[in-house]
Amino acid sequence: MTAGAGAELAIETHGLTKTFGKQTAVNGIDLAVPRGSVFGFLGPNGSGKTTTIRVLLGLASATSGEVSVLGQPLPGRLASVLPRVGALIEGPGFYPFLSGQANLRRLDSADRYVSSSTRHARVDAALERVGLSHAAGKKVKAYSLGMKQRLGIANALLTPRDLIVLDEPTNGLDPQGTREVRNLVRSLTAEGTTVFVSSHLLAEIEQICTHAAVMRAGNLVAQGSLDDLRRAGQARVRVLTPDDLAAEQVLRRLGLVPEHPDARGDGHADVTVSAPITDDLAPDTVVSALVAAGVRVRGFEVERATLEDLFVALTGEGFDVVQ
Amino acid sequence: MSSEIAPESAPEHPNAGDTAAVQPLAAGASAEHPLSAGASTEHPLDGAYVALARPRAGWAFLGSEIAVLFRRRRTWVMLIALAAIPVLIAVAVRISSAGSTPGRGPAFLGQITNNGLFVGLVALIICIPLFLPLTIGVVAGDTIAGEASSSTLRYLLVAPVGRARLLLVKFVAAAAFCVAATLVIIVAGALIGAALFPIGSVTLLSGDTVSLGEAGVRALLIAAYVTLSLLGLTAIGMFISTLTDIPVGAMAATVVVSIISQVLDSLPQLDWLHPWLFTHYWLDFADLLRQPIDWSSFGSNALLQLAYVAVFGALAFGRFSTKDILS
Repeated sequence: MTAGAGAELAIETHGLTKTFGKQTAVNGIDLAVPRGSVFGFLGPNGSGKTTTIRVLLGLASATSGEVSVLGQPLPGRLASVLPRVGALIEGPGFYPFLSGQANLRRLDSADRYVSSSTRHARVDAALERVGLSHAAGKKVKAYSLGMKQRLGIANALLTPRDLIVLDEPTNGLDPQGTREVRNLVRSLTAEGTTVFVSSHLLAEIEQICTHAAVMRAGNLVAQGSLDDLRRAGQARVRVLTPDDLAAEQVLRRLGLVPEHPDARGDGHADVTVSAPITDDLAPDTVVSALVAAGVRVRGFEVERATLEDLFVALTGEGFDVVQ
Repeated sequence: MSSEIAPESAPEHPNAGDTAAVQPLAAGASAEHPLSAGASTEHPLDGAYVALARPRAGWAFLGSEIAVLFRRRRTWVMLIALAAIPVLIAVAVRISSAGSTPGRGPAFLGQITNNGLFVGLVALIICIPLFLPLTIGVVAGDTIAGEASSSTLRYLLVAPVGRARLLLVKFVAAAAFCVAATLVIIVAGALIGAALFPIGSVTLLSGDTVSLGEAGVRALLIAAYVTLSLLGLTAIGMFISTLTDIPVGAMAATVVVSIISQVLDSLPQLDWLHPWLFTHYWLDFADLLRQPIDWSSFGSNALLQLAYVAVFGALAFGRFSTKDILS
């Protein structure tokens, strides 16, 4: 298929803005989610992630800006886009007096693009896929938070989708459930589904995502493939040596700025000397310079920035929710 | 996905391909991942999921809505409470040996001892001003606000149900409750009346006597009249329900509206307003008990209720179709 660049994107927004009264929840963001990617949508609580998702799914209308999902403009083509999209939005929502199975059947019957003759089989398959078959007949009010979360994910999987949006999918899940969600996302990607995962938990995103975007106070502060994002962060060299002062001298000569060490060496015990390093300077140059200067190098590594470092750098530390 | 609704599936997605109408959901894709625990091979699907090119009529969702409504314990409690009213009346009349004083109590009360069929009619007259609006208020006020408060509204809309279709289905289901509520009173009245009093041919208001079967038809006509009477209030309740995420508020507001309308209808100073009040014809079904039937009040009532349904249905759609769903 020789479609233009637009068709390569599962989600595309230009200047997407959403205001509630005077408060701007989302401020002119340009999202570009490639097809087939696992896209991590990151940001602290209250940064506008869920509002963005609501606009992407047609639950709320954008104040301004353009949105297209699966190559179709919204909200105009919403009715033909949504059957191809599965979603878990801000926690599950079910009728407590119905069983998990009955809940899924009801939600499935709302979709006019699926066949009702396969409904029972598809519901059972989705329940099985999230490991809820044993509780299919139980009323949802008897479900634990984690089970409800699984049921919400099952709802997104009732039919094969081109795009699956998971808003905080691992909320309320135990570590085992979190792992299962990761495996599930991987299997979805293997089927060619684009997965859009929002989360404030970085570790889980970092493990499964190919791309990510970071929100802060309604603004998109970073976006790209995970490798690009990591590269944007600061790498550093770490040298393990008893000759810390000599090592620091060598590093300074190479143009690096060693950081203040945690401890000073006494000439016998190993201490760590570290300094930020850019891609211009090859790590092997550093090692050979250190060895040439007689520094006893007992350990050496180039530490790439983690997504968490980047996340904290972009969104700030601590629990303060930016208004 | 069919080619019509997935025209731009990129080639690198084997399962979302434009011609791949048949997609193996269970047997193929999920077999190797741990969540399905190897059970997917026994699955009845056998790779037979077919996405539909064109949307179906969607009767299944209406069926689901009605099933959910009538599976709720709350609905049953309301219907049982309504059924209890004719029973209460019949038992009270039966055990009071004094008999009734003409002119006291609701219309037709004095007829019950002669003919048990009148129990249902008396019960309807008692229920119309308050009990029936109360139950309709609960059902109609819950339509949208109830889904919003249980967080199911966003999932229905994303399914996608379509906002106009959701309103339509909700209204039809609420109307089905109106039918059930009225029929429950009439049928419970007929049963308890037959059990406690003699039944037989019925003397109509015009003095004619009709057979038991014909009387049953008249009773059903009255049930239809009362059901129709409640549709305007149902539409009002549904509109109020689109304004809030708190179902109890919408329910209470709906009941209050029906009471205000009845109060206004009782003020002679507002004579000019009366024909426009949706409660105005609520008790005017006596014309159905004449021979031949006088259809004029039935027609006026139908017209008025349809107008209310049209106006408040449009208001509900206007509000709901542009509403940001943040619940």
